[in-house]
Amino acid sequence: MEALIIKKTEDTPAVHLDKNEGVFEFSGKSLPEDVTSFYGPVFDWIANYGETPNANTKVVFKMTYFNTASSKIILDILMKLEELHEAGNEVLIEWHYEEDDEDMQEAGEEYSEIVEVPFSFIED
Amino acid sequence: MEEFKNTGASNRSEYMNFVVNFHKMMLDKKLTLAYEGEVTQEITKAFTSMTEKNLDKVEEDGKIKKKVYHVMVECLQNISKHADDDAQTASDSLEEGLAKTGIFLIGNDQNQYFITSGNGIANENIPALKSLIDNINSLNQDELKQLHKEKMRETAISAKGGAGLGFIDIARKTGNPLEYHFEPIDENTSFFLLKTIISRNSNEQ
Repeated sequence: MEALIIKKTEDTPAVHLDKNEGVFEFSGKSLPEDVTSFYGPVFDWIANYGETPNANTKVVFKMTYFNTASSKIILDILMKLEELHEAGNEVLIEWHYEEDDEDMQEAGEEYSEIVEVPFSFIED
Repeated sequence: MEEFKNTGASNRSEYMNFVVNFHKMMLDKKLTLAYEGEVTQEITKAFTSMTEKNLDKVEEDGKIKKKVYHVMVECLQNISKHADDDAQTASDSLEEGLAKTGIFLIGNDQNQYFITSGNGIANENIPALKSLIDNINSLNQDELKQLHKEKMRETAISAKGGAGLGFIDIARKTGNPLEYHFEPIDENTSFFLLKTIISRNSNEQ
C-alpha cells in the first residue's frame, strides 16, 4: 500500500505513514484552522491499513505543540489505533516530549489513560 | 486662510498628542503588542512567531514560552472561529479561511505575561459563555483535568473547526482563573473581553 508522506509546515505536522518500511510518525506543530481537512487523508490511510496491518505497529508522536482542536483529532487517531490493538494486532504508541515539557508529557499520559493501547514515554 | 492653516496644524498636533499618549499608555501597561482588526490564521501565525522570537531574545524559560504560545493560539483562534461578526469582511468558511474582527493585546512585567483578546458577541450567547467560564473558574486542577478528559471524549469537531476545549485548556495550562468582561454595544451585541495571566518564575503548574 502506498505511503502517506506530508511535509511539515508552520502550522501542520510532518506525517510519515509507511506500511512497507514500518514507519508511522507524526512530528512538529499542529494548529491548522481546519483540522478535519488536514487529518482527513490520515484517517483514510489508517482505515486502509487496518484491513491488512503489519504484525507490529509502533506509532511515534514527536509533537512539539498542538492546539485543542488537534488534541481532539489526535485522540480520534489513537482510538483508531486502539481498534487495531483490540483486533489482536500489536500496537505501541511511542510518545516523545522535549526536555522539561511537562504539558506535552501530561498530554500523552492523559491519552494513555483514555485509550487502551500500550504507551512508552521518551524525553528527548 | 490663516485660520484654515491653524486648524490643520492643531488637528495634526491633536493626533500627534494622541499617538504620544497611546505610546505612553502602551509603555505604562507594558504592552508589547496591541492589535485591532481582522483575525485570521495568517495573523495567528504571524503574532505567535513574532512573540516566540521575542521570548527567545530575552531567553524566557521554555515552559513559559510554550504556555504563552499556547494561550495566544487558543485566544486568536477563538476569535476567528467564534466571534459574532456581521461585517462584510467576516468569514465563517473554513474553505475560504476564517476571518473575524477582534482585538488582541499582549504584555508582560517581571512576574507575569498577560494576554487579552476581545471580540463581538451576540447578547443571546452571553449566558452560555458566562456559565462555561464561571464553571471552569470554580474548578481546581484535578477537577479541570477530569472535565477536560470527559469533554475530549464527548466532543466532536465543529463546523468551524473547534473542539470546545480552549477555555478548559487555558485554565489548566496557566493555573490562573479566566478574567472576563462583557461591554454592551447595543441591544443585540456586546464586546467580550478575556484576560489570561501566565505567571513567570513559578513551577507549580
